[in-house]
Amino acid sequence: MEPRILGKGVSKVDGVKLVTGRGGFTDDFAIPGMLYARTLPSPHAHARILRIDASKARALQGVRAVLTHEDVPRIPFTTAGQGYPEPSPYDSVLLDRKVRFVGDRVAAVAADTLAIAERALSLIDVEYEPLPALFDPEKAMEPDAPKVHDEKDTTGIHDRTRNLAASVEAQVGNVEQGFAAADLILERTYRVPHVQQVPLEPHICISYLDEDGRLVIRTSTQVPFHCRRTVARILGLPVGRIRIIKPRVGGGFGAKQEILLEDICGALTLAAKRPVRLAMTREEEFSRSRTRHPQVIRLKTGVTKEGKLTANEMTVVANTGAYGGHALTVQCCTGSKPLSLYKCPHVKYQAHAVYTNLAVAGAYRGYGCPQGYFAVESQMDELAQALQLDPIEIRKRNMVGLGDSLPMAEVLGEGKEGFHQKIESCGLSTCIEKGAHAIGWSEKRGKPGRGPILRGVGAACLMQGSAIPGVDMGSAYIKINDDGSFNLQVGATDLGGGSDTIFAQITAEVLGISPEQVVVYSSDTDLTPFDKGAYASSTIYITGGAVKKVAELIGEQIVKVASGLLSRNQSDLRFNDGSVVAPDGASVTLAQVAQHSFYTQDQFQIQATASHMSYACPPPFAAQFAEVEVDAGTGLVRVVKFVTAVDCGKVLNPPLAEGQIEGAVAQGLGYALTEELRFDEKGRIVNPNFTDYKIFTARDMPEMKTILVETHEPTGPFGAKSVAEIGINGPAPAVANAVFDALGIRFLELPITPEKILKALKERAPQEAIA
Amino acid sequence: MDIHFTLNGEPVRWEVAPGETLLEALRAHSFYGVKDGCSTGDCGACAVIVDGNPRNSCVMFAFQVQGRTVLTIEGIGNPDKLHPIQQAFLDLGAAQCGYCTPGMIVTAKALLDRVPDPTPDQIREALSSTLCRCTGYVKPAEAVMQAAKVLKGDGHGAKNPR
Ligand code: FES
Ligand code: FES
Repeated sequence: MEPRILGKGVSKVDGVKLVTGRGGFTDDFAIPGMLYARTLPSPHAHARILRIDASKARALQGVRAVLTHEDVPRIPFTTAGQGYPEPSPYDSVLLDRKVRFVGDRVAAVAADTLAIAERALSLIDVEYEPLPALFDPEKAMEPDAPKVHDEKDTTGIHDRTRNLAASVEAQVGNVEQGFAAADLILERTYRVPHVQQVPLEPHICISYLDEDGRLVIRTSTQVPFHCRRTVARILGLPVGRIRIIKPRVGGGFGAKQEILLEDICGALTLAAKRPVRLAMTREEEFSRSRTRHPQVIRLKTGVTKEGKLTANEMTVVANTGAYGGHALTVQCCTGSKPLSLYKCPHVKYQAHAVYTNLAVAGAYRGYGCPQGYFAVESQMDELAQALQLDPIEIRKRNMVGLGDSLPMAEVLGEGKEGFHQKIESCGLSTCIEKGAHAIGWSEKRGKPGRGPILRGVGAACLMQGSAIPGVDMGSAYIKINDDGSFNLQVGATDLGGGSDTIFAQITAEVLGISPEQVVVYSSDTDLTPFDKGAYASSTIYITGGAVKKVAELIGEQIVKVASGLLSRNQSDLRFNDGSVVAPDGASVTLAQVAQHSFYTQDQFQIQATASHMSYACPPPFAAQFAEVEVDAGTGLVRVVKFVTAVDCGKVLNPPLAEGQIEGAVAQGLGYALTEELRFDEKGRIVNPNFTDYKIFTARDMPEMKTILVETHEPTGPFGAKSVAEIGINGPAPAVANAVFDALGIRFLELPITPEKILKALKERAPQEAIA
Repeated sequence: MDIHFTLNGEPVRWEVAPGETLLEALRAHSFYGVKDGCSTGDCGACAVIVDGNPRNSCVMFAFQVQGRTVLTIEGIGNPDKLHPIQQAFLDLGAAQCGYCTPGMIVTAKALLDRVPDPTPDQIREALSSTLCRCTGYVKPAEAVMQAAKVLKGDGHGAKNPR
């Protein structure tokens, strides 16, 4: 049956409040007696705290609590909000005797006003013993390098003597054999920088004690349930004594899959017995939130002269910074997804995630894949060029398709061994065809013009996953109300992508009502059932699956009551427009069913809950195309047009799906061209603001085209796969490939800035003069 | 100190501190639609319209609006009566997380008040003062264009055209 509501551009259920400025974000809330907290950042990249004296701060009028490492227990944990046991080292404590990056937390203050809190920070007297700092991960691995984590009580660190937070190695086949069979071997080293998620709403939380003395934390988080578990551990409270409320969240993109404020804010509330608000400034957001792992990627590829891959070997050194949250799993994904896109009999992957004294890396949309695809998709173009093949042709000769399995995903997994994966839906070749047509590939490719503005087009192919197989679980609860409306409660975390809306659509689809009849509430650890949280492109695939199940269960209960009321067979009844209808036209409204069940006979609440998890992790596929103009005089790259053709299975809400792609592309273009956190020789970030860290604005954006190529994924709810992350993977390689098409120069390092382009043009100039 | 000004069409008298920014004062009075994305004048999340011009309220002192007219998102429309720009943002899915949305809508309003018939480039140029990390600006720009048509009377205030 054709869906009625799914596949339509239903407006967001939270749309009205968002467009009227009544969104109800964490900070849009005031509690009487609320204190304002600030934390003291480390001025050193690496130092031991010899002495800390907060007595003057404590004595300041209006200061209600001050915490240093002397006041709190040492309980190692990971800030990464992942399933338990987290595949990340427990290498953080609430407040430490040692600081490991500029901005690391030294102390915290709660006071009557922000100004008093600031002043109190300046009164804390700290004596540091600066230690030699490590900035280069390659050097940090050397045996005599200083140790970032020399403490004894942290656990899960792969090899602290070599500053290795995590290491991973996997092989399918035997690459030596594969290289021996190759006609051509290409080996390149790619470098990708520190970039940030930059949600427009900085991290913020407000904590207080409720009437029962339980700790309530209202916070802008992607992972309420992981946050509750982790904060309970750090503060030594039972999980049941903590309640996490997630209001509207102003974007996350992975930055809020971390517990960065809730722990210390909660500790201040416990110390002061008062509500406390703690927010990051934008500068703190840049300096002490999380980044995408910078990597040095060595990629060696063997290929036959027909363009068939024989071997692929990728070696990654990632800079995880001072702490190792997500270090293992991000590096797993760099290998498992980009190295699975093309069929290759012999594949080897090795990665080290190395501690340094720089900004901390973590989860960021794409989760290791944008790095890996920049290498793989640049390399495919260079191979095509060497073999004089069209870049699209070489991809077509190697790409995976329906029925193929993904052996690298299986051997690498994500933190633990993976599961067998077989592709059951794949629209990649259609994506390539439609995308190439939309960008004008055959007309534009290889026609740079004569300058000074040179033109080029470039492509990249991508796949991602849908949730972490065998790990991620989501659940949902539904009950009916007197008027035939429903409450849907999910622990899932809508970060703006619109999952609440899609859940309302799914419920409405199953129960024959309109989405407005579904009151969606997400999320609150007291009121909503467990959910893994918003990450790994999992929300629609996993939680959406739970919503579909629970709506079906509710449907069964309704039909049972209706069949009694109508004296008709259950199996004959259908949902239609707020009623249950029999084939002969007899009908009863959902409101009548609800009221009957509440008040009349065999009274009960029509309600159900369901959970969902999956061992399958169906990849969405995409082909992305960039058209660029490069100004040889200024070195400036202007992206003129950008096309994404994406297969995300059945599209449940087209504008929302497009929105995911459009936003991801904007971030990916920043990765390609403008974004980079830069550090000085002391490890301080020199551009912690929007003027110097340049994200794309409306005027920088190219003409955008997003093509939704529908397939049906048998394991997904109504055939859906994920769409949240995939779009960020392709802009960097597609732009790099387009720049090559324009200039004939290949850039192996991001971002591709005007300085790099001018330098490369200059270096080439003498040769050209000779030629 | 006391200031008198017109806020969303109503005369108000507020007591503000000398160093208090307009953003702080508005939020302290529960005008939560005005957002803080940077406090340094770089993101536009805190945009309001002062005497017809879009201004970042985080880099203005509250006392500077003495005697002036201020319009915030709360004064542009409400859930019962959405302004056409708000309606277009809703219909086209131009608000994702919604954190930048009030600033975007305020900025768009200031543009359309001045330029009722903007070109796509003028829209992009105007929206460039507001950073958005969710939408890639595609749907916000389309929404402003649609709203312009509605305001001129040649759109039909259409619901989602899909
Ligand atoms: S908060 Fe005012 S411009 Fe960013
Ligand atoms: S909608 Fe999230 S920042 Fe614009």
